[in-house]
Amino acid sequence: MADVQTLALAPPQPAPTAPRLGRLSAYFGTPGNTLISVLSIAAVVFIAKLAFGWLVVDAVFSGNGETCKAASGACWPFVAQKLRYMLFGFYPYDEQWRPMLALLLLFAAFLFSMMPRFWSRGLLLGWILLVLPVLYILMAGGVFGLTPVATTSWGGLPLSFMLSFVGLTLAMPLGIVLALARASNLPAIRVLAVGFIEIVRGVPLISILFMATVMLPLFMPEGVTIDKLLRAQVAIILFASAYIAEIVRGGLQDVPAGQYEAGSSLGLHYWQVMRKIVLPQALKKVIPPMVGLFIGFFQDTTLVTIVGLVDFLDTVRSAIRDPQWQGIAVLEGYLVAAAVYFTFSALMGAYSRFLEKHFRTTHA
Amino acid sequence: MKQALLSICAAALGLTMAGQASAAGTLETVKARGKLVCGVSLATPGFAAPDDKGRMQGFDADICRSIAAAVFGDGDKVEFVPTNINTRFQALQSGEIDVLSRQTTHTFSRDASLGLDFGPTVFYDGQGLMVAKSLGVTSAKELTEAAICTLPGTTTAQNISDFFRAINGKFELVVFESPDENRAAFYSGRCEAITSDRSDLASIRAVANNPDDYVVLPETISKEPLAPAFRQNDSNWGDIVSWSVWLLMAAEEKGITQANVDEMLKSEDPDVQRMLGATEELGKMLGLDNNWGYSIIKSVGNYGEVFERNLGEGTRLGLTRGPNALWNAGGLIYSPPIR
Amino acid sequence: MAFLHDMRFRAFFYQVVAIGAVILVGWTMFSTASGNLAKQNIATGFDFLSRPAGFVITEAAIAFEATDTVGRAILVGIANTVKVSLLAAILGTLIGLAVGIARMSRNPLLARLALVYVELLRNVPLLLYLFLWYSLIILILPPVRQALNLLPGVYLSNSGLVVPAALVESGGGALLACLLGGAAAAFVIRRVFTQKRVATGRSNHGALIATAAFVLPALVLWLAGGVSIDWEFPTAGKFRLTGGLHVRPEFVALLFGLALSVSANVAEIVRAGIQAVSKGQWEAAAALGLARAKTMRLVVLPQALRIIIPPLTNTYLTVFKNSSLAIAIGYPDLVMVSNTVMNQTGQAIETIAIFMGVYLALSIAISLLMNWYNAHVALKER
Repeated sequence: MADVQTLALAPPQPAPTAPRLGRLSAYFGTPGNTLISVLSIAAVVFIAKLAFGWLVVDAVFSGNGETCKAASGACWPFVAQKLRYMLFGFYPYDEQWRPMLALLLLFAAFLFSMMPRFWSRGLLLGWILLVLPVLYILMAGGVFGLTPVATTSWGGLPLSFMLSFVGLTLAMPLGIVLALARASNLPAIRVLAVGFIEIVRGVPLISILFMATVMLPLFMPEGVTIDKLLRAQVAIILFASAYIAEIVRGGLQDVPAGQYEAGSSLGLHYWQVMRKIVLPQALKKVIPPMVGLFIGFFQDTTLVTIVGLVDFLDTVRSAIRDPQWQGIAVLEGYLVAAAVYFTFSALMGAYSRFLEKHFRTTHA
Repeated sequence: MKQALLSICAAALGLTMAGQASAAGTLETVKARGKLVCGVSLATPGFAAPDDKGRMQGFDADICRSIAAAVFGDGDKVEFVPTNINTRFQALQSGEIDVLSRQTTHTFSRDASLGLDFGPTVFYDGQGLMVAKSLGVTSAKELTEAAICTLPGTTTAQNISDFFRAINGKFELVVFESPDENRAAFYSGRCEAITSDRSDLASIRAVANNPDDYVVLPETISKEPLAPAFRQNDSNWGDIVSWSVWLLMAAEEKGITQANVDEMLKSEDPDVQRMLGATEELGKMLGLDNNWGYSIIKSVGNYGEVFERNLGEGTRLGLTRGPNALWNAGGLIYSPPIR
Repeated sequence: MAFLHDMRFRAFFYQVVAIGAVILVGWTMFSTASGNLAKQNIATGFDFLSRPAGFVITEAAIAFEATDTVGRAILVGIANTVKVSLLAAILGTLIGLAVGIARMSRNPLLARLALVYVELLRNVPLLLYLFLWYSLIILILPPVRQALNLLPGVYLSNSGLVVPAALVESGGGALLACLLGGAAAAFVIRRVFTQKRVATGRSNHGALIATAAFVLPALVLWLAGGVSIDWEFPTAGKFRLTGGLHVRPEFVALLFGLALSVSANVAEIVRAGIQAVSKGQWEAAAALGLARAKTMRLVVLPQALRIIIPPLTNTYLTVFKNSSLAIAIGYPDLVMVSNTVMNQTGQAIETIAIFMGVYLALSIAISLLMNWYNAHVALKER
């Protein structure tokens, strides 16, 4: 689903080819250009007026479904009343500080990881051994006096973030192994890796989710059941690992062959060459496309709503369908959801561009 | 990297083991776990839908509670797992849930080919059609050439196709994956009619902006006996599910209610004494406590109370008992003798 | 123990272990599954494909009745998937090309607007857009009984767009032959004229003549009365419009959503491709006196195409796979039909295997086709 390749390939932007004209003549230089400018301005003004009217002028700021039905603008009481449900779904009301805290912790850990100066091998381990277990304990409870909350009650924004963050973190090592296997000179291992990667990349994510939620239980020995959320998470990890493997492969190909040879001639064996010489160089190169991949996967987690998990898009949709607000606040609900997704994706996109610049200036 | 991989393996293994249940009978598994895991629908008011405090309410949910009460003496020892029509049977087959109480029709092919068995019918239903009153339609036969909204893959789509084939009429079938989408499309006028089980239609009608604008047509185009389901080849567990349901029905027949169950313990009626565990030891034969019947009624009340509380005329669904009245009141609800 | 340090032995050993592990896992899963299925008495096998489906599919790219087999129902699903992905790819490419060129415009206003368009589409999940488009269609447009009558015979409502259908009464075969013959003639003429232009350096009217060669035979046939077309106008039925050609809202929402997401990606790809063409090409073209638009069309785009094709292939593969989101808004694509079949038969493994296999096969086919095209436009060293 993730349009990985195009994101990955977005090249560093050279100076625009078209020479910039003088300030005013850029807009009104030729008759054609003037026409374009006038039309653009008209379009912007029209849309801005429409949006302002709907969002502010005609909008309802207090009241209930009935007041909203009478008005033609946006229905903000709906958002106010339903926001908590949209964010956390059916998570027990009194315990909702826990998913909130988990979300903040996740953001903090993520901000920390975004800074290039903290990048090290320990970071990935820190995520896997420290951040993820703490998140799990916060959400699931059962220890330290926290009330246990079954995964079937998890929902909303924390679920969306966990599926994508946890998915990508755990897919990373798997993807690297797959990429190494694909670049291996042992034919059998190469064929297995290519087979896995190409099959996963050739089918839609939804089919892998279906497989995990509907088909996988039949492959388990009797009496063994895996939590449904965990099954969807595993599906996302497997799916992501194939795409990560392709990106890492690109990074591996960029490492000059001389590096491998130099490593071998020093007497290092395969794993030492990889760990100490090749991977550190290759992984640095693939970080910007990896961020692009992350944006895609963050959006793709919305598909879990089709297999019955209550992610953020799903809680928004059921808020829209609430009998009290039925047919009244459809646009408002989707707008809130779109705003949240847009904000995070756009921030990640900006980060990806920052990284590209950072690498161009520091490791040219 | 190797350490990282090892720790992942360990974590994955740990999670699998945590989810591991013994291959013993379902009753032992449930008892060892300390709660019943019951598959219900996601949000069908009247059958299973969480209230404002997140507590699952509804007819199907109360069936789950009565089974939990029989096993644990406490109707709240249930974990409700929302299932959709794709995942409900697989959830049962794989052991993810112990019992499926989700408006599921008992049919031959499901019984024979899906690896499950059905308990007694808890609700006699039939497929109907609902239209807007303004359409002026009084019979489903007038709906030729109309667009009809439905959910995929249930028996519903087949029944409606069969119905129109029989009267040689054409229609446009609009199929939605989610009940929400289905309902919204109908209310916005994308379809003239919506078809589902009559009880489900009542539930859909209940959430309309103005329920009185809609009418359920008189035709019932199929038989839909809704029953709880459980994995086959576990007859002890099957007995527990079945007799928990039958006890609800028998209690109504004997006039035992949630309010008077404590007094009824002192009843002279030998049937009542047996049901509530005052005499004989029927519960033990199922591997349950002897006061299993008492616990069920104490938790949820009798069949009539469960019905009225969730579906009856006092609720937004406003269903009459109809075929779901007791056998001695002209209905089909009939419990074998509890002795 | 020296053989343990032998590289060849190690290589052999690792491979045997890897293959062995895969076979072991596969075999264990297979045997547990078949054991589970047998023990729980769950039906297996592909017999269900030849049973009657029993449900109707309203939007079918190939004819389908409830009495047809399950196998044919799945075929309908495949045809529907191919139809919507193909149209979305074409539509999206055209929009994307325009937006991509607008991104490179010298007018900063237009360039900014194009950027906003791309960012809005790329930063919000496609599934959300699909729900939004579909909700907007069914909530904003009037119900079919109050359908907007846009033109005679053209109605728009929340049940979709209805336009008059052209029913070819007779001469259909002749018309088809004329169109095909015209297309072949146009192709040959264009080639010849292009070669001549390249050889002589003089511009000629190849494109015009080729178009005429394509259109004329069919036009002559039609004017001569060799083909009679009956226009079937939609009429108000009891509940909705009967007759005519129906474009349903589920299809429109999906097509629209997919095409827009393709267009945003194509716009970015086109921009990157154009930027990759060296600046000297623009300057050389300007020195030859070519206008900007002509430079773009004749000099820059053909070169950019080589850079564009590989990422474009991925975009097309993505739209093909994303068409599976149809299930969310009720368009009967392959996944949706399979899902219905899965619910009716309870045979999850077989059904999921079928649709995954179909996706895989078609994905590979698209890749091969695009690779062939890429080789075709690649720089040929002379």
